[in-house]
Amino acid sequence: MSTLVYLESHEGELTRGGLGLLGKAASLGGDVAGVVLGSGVRDAAATAGAFGASAVYVVDDEALAAPLPQPRVDALEAVVAESGAENLLFPASVLAADVAAGLAARLDAGLNWDLTDLRLDGGELVGVRPALGDTVLVEVGWTTTPRLALIRSGTFDPVESGGSADVKDVAASFQDFSIQARLVDHLQEESSGPSIEDADVIVAGGRGLGSPEGFSYAEELAAALGGAVAATRAVVDAGWYPYSAQVGQTGKTVSPKLYIALGISGAIQHKVGMQGAGTIVAVNKDPNAPIFDFADLGVVGDLTQIAPKLTELLRARG
Amino acid sequence: MAPVRGAKRRRLADLHAVSSADETLCALARVPRVKIAVCVKQVPDATVHKRLDPSTNRLDRSGEGTLNATDVNAVEEALRVKDAHGGDVVVVSLGPEKAMESLRKALAMGADRAVLVSDPGAAGSDLLATSYALAKALEREAADLVLFGQQSSDADGAVLWAAVADRLRRPMVSQVAELTVEGDSLKGKRQTEFGYDVISAPLPAVVAVSDAINEPRYPSLRGIMGAKSKPQEVVALSDVGVEEDRVGDSGSRTTVRSLAPPPPKSGQVRIEDDGSAAEKIVEYLAEKRLI
Repeated sequence: MSTLVYLESHEGELTRGGLGLLGKAASLGGDVAGVVLGSGVRDAAATAGAFGASAVYVVDDEALAAPLPQPRVDALEAVVAESGAENLLFPASVLAADVAAGLAARLDAGLNWDLTDLRLDGGELVGVRPALGDTVLVEVGWTTTPRLALIRSGTFDPVESGGSADVKDVAASFQDFSIQARLVDHLQEESSGPSIEDADVIVAGGRGLGSPEGFSYAEELAAALGGAVAATRAVVDAGWYPYSAQVGQTGKTVSPKLYIALGISGAIQHKVGMQGAGTIVAVNKDPNAPIFDFADLGVVGDLTQIAPKLTELLRARG
Repeated sequence: MAPVRGAKRRRLADLHAVSSADETLCALARVPRVKIAVCVKQVPDATVHKRLDPSTNRLDRSGEGTLNATDVNAVEEALRVKDAHGGDVVVVSLGPEKAMESLRKALAMGADRAVLVSDPGAAGSDLLATSYALAKALEREAADLVLFGQQSSDADGAVLWAAVADRLRRPMVSQVAELTVEGDSLKGKRQTEFGYDVISAPLPAVVAVSDAINEPRYPSLRGIMGAKSKPQEVVALSDVGVEEDRVGDSGSRTTVRSLAPPPPKSGQVRIEDDGSAAEKIVEYLAEKRLI
């Protein structure tokens, strides 16, 4: 069995998701190689050897400088042809999801996504996918090779094994349509306020807060608890709260002792960023909100009534 | 047809016929009309308990259906592009015939027509097979802009558009929280793990929008009444050129082997607020020594 793990790099370093997946692939056995696509990424690629890759395929090309999926599909097509890999594993990210799906269409290959585990059953690769808001665990398989899989972010932690990897350069040619989309600007917001990554208590707000002003409920409650304020992707995208406070797949992953979710539905995108919290308390007026499936204490009710009263009671306790 | 002015205008006109009266207006305003296809899906209603049918390992779709929530954002964005530039909005879907009920909501919002590819042979299609059938249906529409919503509430997969874009051989931008269409190109602001990227792409293109991109309008009573008389086409796979072995089980490359309940999360407590919820939360936190 030969497995290729898609490794993303950011500012000269390989990201944790891919390195963790290398270790998982190595534990399944067979040949494990990494693949790094980008411009000026050869040095970063070599570091994959310490995390379980025996080889790293590198496509180093100007066309891969911007974080865009379509040229990466072309490059991976070349690497898959060169390596003959049977399994191709992607740590889920905004970019990797688009790359994996584009490659599935290109190679006429099966793609299973949002997997939280991989194992062998009689030598056959099997994936585990929590479905329908994590209410059922589905065991999935593939009928052809290569088998493509997207693994839920944060599933496997990197394990340093101390090996080294041969770097193999692969040249790619790019389709006309793949290089038509262009990066014209990148906007990054600097963080302000207490960092949510180190906080023991987080009060997070979602669309249910109703408006940007609604965040005052979360801020006052957080202040009473000595915690930090976090937000969902939906409200960050809507401009209600800064990106630096975003928890979820495309934001930060947090594991406070207490996580209070106000007006958050609990979409998978948010859940993967906070499911490691010690205790989750959710207040939502929608009794069908998926967050109630994994909250330790679920409160169905109006947060504009409950949050201020809760803040007041906590302040009174001192 | 009125004379067409300008290179951009000509290229767009090649892609779709427009009525001569509108054509003249557009040429005068020098605003190209945009032909938009929105890919939508009927999903089980949120109030229906979703279950997988153990005999087929497929989602039980026999209950009440609704238009997938994030697809409504895509329909809204299409209507906004149409409002700004003129054009035609078609909603395209794959599903059982009853899915047309949900497509009618998009028509009531203002979409011009609906195309539903409905064929028993398509049941059980995985991502690969679905993307093939959808791409074939979209080829027939020859849209300038193909829009997708963020994610379906039943499959949780947010990947279909990339497979469709590769099949259509068109540039693609996903997770778009702000979209502008200007002339024959678009600009999308997308969120990634590292902030926001602004991406430009020429039309024709495929765009997947974030559910934060807009607040969808509610259909007006007039819209709801008018929806019934808008074109609603149900076509078979063969009508859009899809070979039988490319969909369903034979066109799929993934399988569902088995289903199991997840490990139970123990000790979950749920309360309905009767005015004392805040006190109960304090008691709960105190008991857990969190305050």
